[in-house]
This record gives sequence, C-alpha cells and structure tokens, in this order.
Amino acid sequence: MRRLSEILALVVVAFVTTSLLAQQNAPKHAAAFATAPDITFDSAGNNYLKLPAGLYLGEAMAVARNSKGQIFVYTRSGEASRLFMFDAEGNYLKEIGQGLYGFNMAHGLRVDAQDNIWAVDEGTDMVIKFSSEGRVVMVLGKRPEFGEGILQTPGPGFSVPQEPYKFGRPTDIAFDAAGDIFVADGYTNSRVVKYDKWGKFIKSFGDKGKGPGQFDTPHGIQTDANGNVYVADRGNSRIQVLSNDLTLRAIYDNVGAPWTVCVTPGPHQYLYSSNSNPDNNNSIIGAVTGEIYKMELDGTIIGKFGKTGKLPGEFSTVHSMDCRNPNEVLTSEITSWRVQKITLHPQAPAK
Amino acid sequence: MKTAMKRALQFFLIAVTVILASPAFAQLAIPEIPYDSAPNLLKLPADLYLGEAVGVATNSKGHIFVYTRSGSTNVTTGTNRAFVRASSRLFEFDQNGTFVREIGHGLYAFIFAQSVRIDPQDNIWVVDEGGSMVMKFDPDGRVIMTFGRKPEAITVPSGPPLGFVPPPVAANPAIAAGAAGAAPPANVGAGAPGDSFNRPTDVAWDSDGNIFIADGYDNSRIAKFDKDGKYIKSWGQRGTAPGQFHTPHSIAVDAKGLVYVGDRDNHRIQVFDNDGNFKTQFISVGDPWAICITPGAHQYLYSSNSNNPYTMDNGEIYKMELDGKIVGMFGHAGKQPKEFDTVNAIDCRNPNEIFVGEIGDWRVQKITLHPEQAKK
Repeated sequence: MRRLSEILALVVVAFVTTSLLAQQNAPKHAAAFATAPDITFDSAGNNYLKLPAGLYLGEAMAVARNSKGQIFVYTRSGEASRLFMFDAEGNYLKEIGQGLYGFNMAHGLRVDAQDNIWAVDEGTDMVIKFSSEGRVVMVLGKRPEFGEGILQTPGPGFSVPQEPYKFGRPTDIAFDAAGDIFVADGYTNSRVVKYDKWGKFIKSFGDKGKGPGQFDTPHGIQTDANGNVYVADRGNSRIQVLSNDLTLRAIYDNVGAPWTVCVTPGPHQYLYSSNSNPDNNNSIIGAVTGEIYKMELDGTIIGKFGKTGKLPGEFSTVHSMDCRNPNEVLTSEITSWRVQKITLHPQAPAK
Repeated sequence: MKTAMKRALQFFLIAVTVILASPAFAQLAIPEIPYDSAPNLLKLPADLYLGEAVGVATNSKGHIFVYTRSGSTNVTTGTNRAFVRASSRLFEFDQNGTFVREIGHGLYAFIFAQSVRIDPQDNIWVVDEGGSMVMKFDPDGRVIMTFGRKPEAITVPSGPPLGFVPPPVAANPAIAAGAAGAAPPANVGAGAPGDSFNRPTDVAWDSDGNIFIADGYDNSRIAKFDKDGKYIKSWGQRGTAPGQFHTPHSIAVDAKGLVYVGDRDNHRIQVFDNDGNFKTQFISVGDPWAICITPGAHQYLYSSNSNNPYTMDNGEIYKMELDGKIVGMFGHAGKQPKEFDTVNAIDCRNPNEIFVGEIGDWRVQKITLHPEQAKK
C-alpha cells in the first residue's frame, strides 16, 4: 500500500514536471506580436493569377514584379522548376526557361532595377540572370555534373568549405544601386557573397552558427537605397543588417523567424518580414506564426497583418514577397501553391 | 671577400635560372594577340536555350553546331533500376548564327554532353560523356555509325557519411571513382580492347579517316579505329608518365597524322605518332581543356588553359606552332564579353576566326584574332 502511493506520487511529480517543461518549451509568438498594431488588408483571392488550362503552379517559391508591374513566379512543378510570366492584372503571358539546365528546384526570384529577372535554384546551386525578354545573359555557380553522383546533404552543425564561385543550396539574391550582387548562400554554406555586376567575386561574409555575423540558413536578402543589406537569418530567428561591404550593423530579433524580407522602393523605405508558419504544417507552431511585419528600416515595428491558414487572406508558409508597391504586397506560398495580392489599408498614425 | 662574391654570383645565377624557368617569365615573353568577340552571335528560338556550351564546331559551309547540356535530365525507375533519359541537345545554326534545326532530340545516348566535331566530309560527330557513346551523324543529321554502348541503367552512388566534408573540387573522389562510385581496377583507365568507353571526351580523325577517341574521365586512354569503325588499338592508362593520362580531355590530329592529346589534369599536351608512340609533350600552357588544330598549309595548335569552373584563375588561350613554340596568347577568365568562363571547346577551321564554347555563362563566342595588330 505504501509502495503504491510512492509510485503514484512519483508518477504525479513526473507528469507535472513534464507538463511544466512542455509549457516552457511551447512555441511562442514573436516578441513584437503582442504590441504590433494590426494593419487591415484585403486579399485578391486564391486565383489572382490566371493560368491557361494545362498549366499549374506548384509550391510558389518566389514572386516578383518588374517596373511595368508584370509578375514573375518561380515554382516547383512536376517536371522541374518553371518560371511563368503574367501581366499586371494577373493574366498569363508566357513561360521562360522551360527545360533550362539550371532549373531543378526553384527557390528565389527577383527582378532588378533594369528589369532583368534573376532566378535562384537550390537544386542546381545556380543563379541565372535573364534579360527582360527572358534570354539568359549571365549565370553564377555551376550545376554539379552528372558524373559526380549524389552527395548526401550535410547534416545540422556541418558546413562545407566556402569557395568564391560555388554555392551550397543558395536561397535569394539582391542588388545595390551600383549593380553589385548579393547572394544568400544558403542551406549548406550559411553566408552572404558579394559579386560585382559582371559576376566577379568581391567578398564572402559569415558561416554557420548562432553568433553575431553567423547564419543558420540565410533564407532571404534585400538591400536598401543606401546599399545596406538585410538578411533573413531564419534559423536564428533574426534579421541581420550588414553594411554594403558586409560588416554587421544591427540585429532585429523580435519578429520571429524571417522566411523572407522585402524592402520597398521610394524616398521612405519600409521593411517587410514574414514570420511564416513552418512548411511541415505543424499546427502548434502554425498557431503562433504566420504574420507579416511592416517595419522601418531601423527595425521599429509599424504593424503586422495575416495569420496561418488556407483561406484567402490567410497565409500558408509565405516564401517570398514583392513590395514594389508598398501597400500592395504580393505573397507567394509554399504549402498553398498560390500567389496572393495583398492590399494594405494602413491607418493614420495615432496622435 | 672572394667567397662572398662567389656566393653572390651563385645566387645571381640561381635567381636568373628560376626567373627564366618560371611561368610568369614565360608569359611575359608571350605576345598578346589582339582580338574581338561576337558574344551574341547565336540566335535561338524563344523556347530554346543553351545550357553549358560544352561543344562547338563548324562545317565546311560555316554552319555552327553546338552540343549543350540541358535541363531535361530525367531519371526514372523500373525493374528496380534507375534509367537516365535524354538531356543533351544538339543545335545547328547557319553562318550568321540563325537557328536552323535541332538534331537528335530525345536520342537514346544524349545524356550529358561533352563534345561535337565535324569531319572533312561534314559528318557530325557527337561525344556524350554520360551516355559513354560517340555518335556519327551524316550531314543530314541521321545516325550512321555508333561507338560504345550506353549503360542500361545507372547506379546512384550512396552518399558519404553524415557530416562528410567534401575535399576540394580537383580531388573529388566521386569524380575520380566515376558515376558508379566503384573502386578503379589495378590498371586503371586502360579500358577494354574495343569501343567500350567510360565517360569519353573527344574525337579526331587523320587524313585516312582513322578515328581517335579520347576516353576519358574514367578510362584514361586513346582508342584508334579505322574509317569503317573497326577497332585497331588503344594506348594509355591513368598516370603521370609519358603515354599515361589523367583525363585526356581533348584530342586533335595534324595533317601528318600526329595525335595531340590535351592531358588536362597532368597540365600538358602529349604528342604521339599515328600508332600511339609517344613523341613529345608541351608543358608550358597550363591545363589544356580544349585543343584545336587549324587546317591549311601552315597548321597552328590552339590550347585553352581554362579556369576551373569554381575559380576565375587563368582562362587564356595559346596559339602555338605544331612543335610547341608559342606564337601568342589571348583572353583571361571572366564573364564579360571577350572574357572566357571555362572554355570546353574550340573550333578553328578558320585560323583567325575561332569559336569557343564555355561551361560558365552558357555561351558561344566568335573570336576574331588580329595577329597583324600585335605589338612587335
């Protein structure tokens, strides 16, 4: 009898301890979530982009607009990566690069100031620059050759030796006013690489880790008008801000895990960052993530919008944003295979 | 005092010897050949693209053929084996760069492009590294002779252990051991007597029509066949000695039938007589990724010391006499027009108007040399 009560007591203690620990480890909202004002917004719906019969989006990895408002989507399909072009109203125009040697596993896509289209493919370790007409004008990196076989993806805690011209599953790309190129590289390299406009290596910054200036999957990258570089350091749940010559300037660690960042053009630039719900569809984490933050460049929070979900106006793992028009943001989502046009209705600032 | 002077003199002599022997000095003495580039000569239809432009060649009409790596690589499974489907493409352009046609779309052994060459009768010869085959097309683009056999299925090598840090590119064991990841046999690279290739790289002919095939990444030999495709002999195996190869990557034959082999990773061009007897080697032109011999009464040898794809080092192309004397050089690594990003093929049918196919930047440049403008 006494023995039984001892066991019962132990079980109760163990249960309480476990639940306390579980509560401590329970996923939490980003630090800024509670105080960031909500920005009201509309979505143009699930079928904003109109594809011809027989064409489909897969995981919508990246969306970007050019200066005419035309929309480009880089998606994962049943064949390989595919790049589709739409007009400013979302009507399908054409496909670019079908069957391209560098297309394998879509990841990033951006349009530069001259309307060149840049695709980042993590399945070929390549960056492909297309002219505005859709012809290849430059490539960075090299697809591993057929004869090299399949190398196992390095596990957590390991990174491969860094080489100036060899990417390790790169994720995103940005450009400054001089045309210099910044590549977020990537899942296995964990660094930012800077090239001149002709693709000549200038500098590499960072390695895998949690310290300042280290990265755990640099997953998105943008620059501002002054050439500062904003890196979505997703696994470390922070945005790291670098100067143009890649020295660490600031860290914003209150907006959750930045899957993607976007800097608006114009005299007053804003920074958008998406604390996307995980692409493994974990609903517990999804319940405390999914919102997008609007910030000043210095990290001051202006507001937030959105939450995890499959309905129009909700987000299913936002993987990229276009914010060429600051209050009309295009989002592309992994797990809902869609692009949404989000129109923000920011309130007049409170007096 | 005397001893000190003697020492100084000794030191001076050694220094002079070192400077004379250094590649830097050799390059200082080599004249630069002025040249222009037409980097956008080839015009493809809207839905076609070049990938790595590993092969380029012209025929007697000046038509340009490009053998390229495309993205349609496709591994399917069936009967518990992995089958690889077509992913190389062969495009033909006219002399102005206008697209004419695609040849061999979906061909059985178009797997991983490596080389295209045109023989004096305008037959088109394609070397596919992934298919381990050499295919001869007639000028109309029909297959008329094949060498080697595509492996029925491929073995996908298992990856290295978790946390494995790959060695530098040049020493990648996956490359050295080949696609199957198997340990090389004792007489590595000698190959089987016949047209059984293992990732072949290039093809050339002598004036009798004898065929010489550089074989290749996994074999390290040259195989000779007569014009009817009958096996004659082969020579070489993996190694550094004369007559051995470490990636015979490019091959050309002169009017006398001498065979020039770009022995890339041994940093030399080896020259053999028509029967494969070693004659000489040229060691001062870096890594010969691509070589080419011009036609005509006075033949020249071009050789590209291409940059490794993961660097921007080197990249210059040498123009040489057939005896190895360097006439001049031009170019360097880079992505701008007139720069070269891993040249993998040279066509030199016209000695001063050559075509280069590049792995980096996926392009073909037409290079016009102006030797008459060279500084004396």
